Amino acid sequence: MSPKTLYDKIWDAHVAHEAEDGTCLLYIDRHLVHEVTSPQAFEGLRMTGRTVRRPEQTIAVPDHNVPTTLDRANAETMTEDSRIQVAALDKNAKDFGLHYYPVSDVRQGIVHIVGPEQGWTLPGMTVVCGDSHTATHGAFGALAHGIGTSEVEHVLATQTLIQKKSKNMKVEITGKLRPGVTAKDITLSVIGATGTAGGTGYVIEYCGEAIRDLSMEGRMTVCNMAIEGGARAGLIAPDEKTFEYCKGRPHAPKGAQWEAALEWWKTLYSDDDAQWDAVITLKGEDIAPVVTWGTSPEDVLPITAVVPAADSFEGGKVGAAQRSLDYMDLTPGTPLSDINIDTVFIGSCTNGRIEDLRAAAEILKGKKKKDGLRAMVVPGSGLVRAQAEEEGLAQIFIDAGFEWRLAGCSMCLAMNPDQLAPGERCAATSNRNFEGRQGRGGRTHLMSPAMAAAAAITGKLTDVRDLM
Amino acid sequence: MDKFTTLSGIAAPLPLVNIDTDMIIPKQFLKTIKRSGLGVNLFDEMRYDDDRNEIADFVLNQTKYRDAQILVAGDNFGCGSSREHAPWAIKDFGITCVIAPSFADIFYNNCFKNGILPIALPQDQVDVLMKDAENGSNARIEVDLEAQTITSSDGDTFSFEVDSFKKHCLINGLDDIGLTMEKAASIDTFEAEAAQSRPWV
Ligand code: SF4
Repeated sequence: MSPKTLYDKIWDAHVAHEAEDGTCLLYIDRHLVHEVTSPQAFEGLRMTGRTVRRPEQTIAVPDHNVPTTLDRANAETMTEDSRIQVAALDKNAKDFGLHYYPVSDVRQGIVHIVGPEQGWTLPGMTVVCGDSHTATHGAFGALAHGIGTSEVEHVLATQTLIQKKSKNMKVEITGKLRPGVTAKDITLSVIGATGTAGGTGYVIEYCGEAIRDLSMEGRMTVCNMAIEGGARAGLIAPDEKTFEYCKGRPHAPKGAQWEAALEWWKTLYSDDDAQWDAVITLKGEDIAPVVTWGTSPEDVLPITAVVPAADSFEGGKVGAAQRSLDYMDLTPGTPLSDINIDTVFIGSCTNGRIEDLRAAAEILKGKKKKDGLRAMVVPGSGLVRAQAEEEGLAQIFIDAGFEWRLAGCSMCLAMNPDQLAPGERCAATSNRNFEGRQGRGGRTHLMSPAMAAAAAITGKLTDVRDLM
Repeated sequence: MDKFTTLSGIAAPLPLVNIDTDMIIPKQFLKTIKRSGLGVNLFDEMRYDDDRNEIADFVLNQTKYRDAQILVAGDNFGCGSSREHAPWAIKDFGITCVIAPSFADIFYNNCFKNGILPIALPQDQVDVLMKDAENGSNARIEVDLEAQTITSSDGDTFSFEVDSFKKHCLINGLDDIGLTMEKAASIDTFEAEAAQSRPWV
């Protein structure tokens, strides 16, 4: 048999039909649904008299619009149009018989955190969701990617997706990470190296010692941002850590089925002599704690660097960099660690898991946020929140002066009440620093949870290693 | 779905790289449960000031580009989220063809589901068309999907690549779901086999 990559193996196991031109119907094992990108798809089903082919493989949870304040059970906390969207999901989940975690359920949270937590995401699966950060699930060795609403409707109706195969890219992170460097720094550094379009047309497999050493939470952070590098999906081969994480989860297989699954999962790796269309290698020890300075995730630099000048770039990027500098109100040559911030946001599907909260709490323990700064922690799910309370992390955040919120997407995209005011500058653990992403005129610097915690203490972008 | 065969229209120039889906349609407009009516909010934050007055310099606010049917833009157009609201807004405005050196994957696919043709061309050819677009309504660009060609107002003709299946669907206005349902037997067979080989799914 010819050697295969992990992507080849998962792909081959899911082709339900292949046309002569290579267009395939890829069978979808798990379909995750949230309230923003699905109403028009369900409307489409109703209009054509179609139904959901496999409701038992379809999981729905509201997250984008949901307020994260403690009083959110009060309907007044949501705007009329948000309420309508969430109500539409309630109704669609019920009418079509989907697995559903409503706002009132302790298991509710960001769709990409809930899926793995409940054991819906498992190695070797195909997972899709009408959300670009579906790439997160690739951390399990699942082929996972975001789709548009028309494709959501297609998957609901047929449990398949029309696809052509992507190319294979290997991103290897060799050696060990230095202290203070996290999964977020890896994934941002990779985008810094490839650019936001560098992965277009590829599925990326992340590998190497530094990736193997990451926990499942860290691996999810890495894969989450594969989309920011333009890739269709990110993958990490499953190993003992993956199996350990999955074992015993509510929807993971049990008994003899677990053993059978495990046997297959252990075959899910790229063969030694597999062919790659592109290979990128970074040394783990070269990666520093990084922050973004501009309005594209590729605008990333070590915290020890200075704000770059627009003319240090080439081609169309010169204009884009100038636009970023203007929008971010930054002067070239300013040390990044001199930039004052107004707000700290810890959360999102990139960094809203328990390990992220532990890393931030570790830095904040016994310290206080800078006076006048707004700081919030938004756990990625109700269960993450409960665990953080049990471990005493919540108290550390509260003592440090942070708001301790309920689960949701929150200030990652400002579709809910959590938003930046125009000109407000935020240290954020989320994944996008686009213009207006966190609120019109808001300025976002992306970083790891530990770096965001450090920024909260000093009130400016800070090298976390100085506080360790 | 609307068919796309040929188009002769005014092209609006938007020479920025990395135009993301938050720029195309900001998140506050994603709260709709409908597909229609998003055209007025296309590029909302670039198009209107804080008091909702039109910003005169923005390309789509200029008289000569109000009826643009083509958009010419920089590299990596449509990066960011999977929101299909981005092509819905573009279509609702009246634009049915976007030309750029490259596109983000999900946005590119979403276009075809909505009767929009995204065309990726080498940078130097995009530069020619960008110049053309800057001439406003004096320049009409011609797109022929069947022939896979695009012709500038000066008669420069470039050919472009498009996936044969996507082309077929766009030219004939075909509904993907209907086509897939014709292959239901293959899906049934796949499911029956998977129930044996991967029963835990
Ligand atoms: S946390 Fe942010 S990136 Fe993740 S699903 Fe929610 S809005 Fe999207």
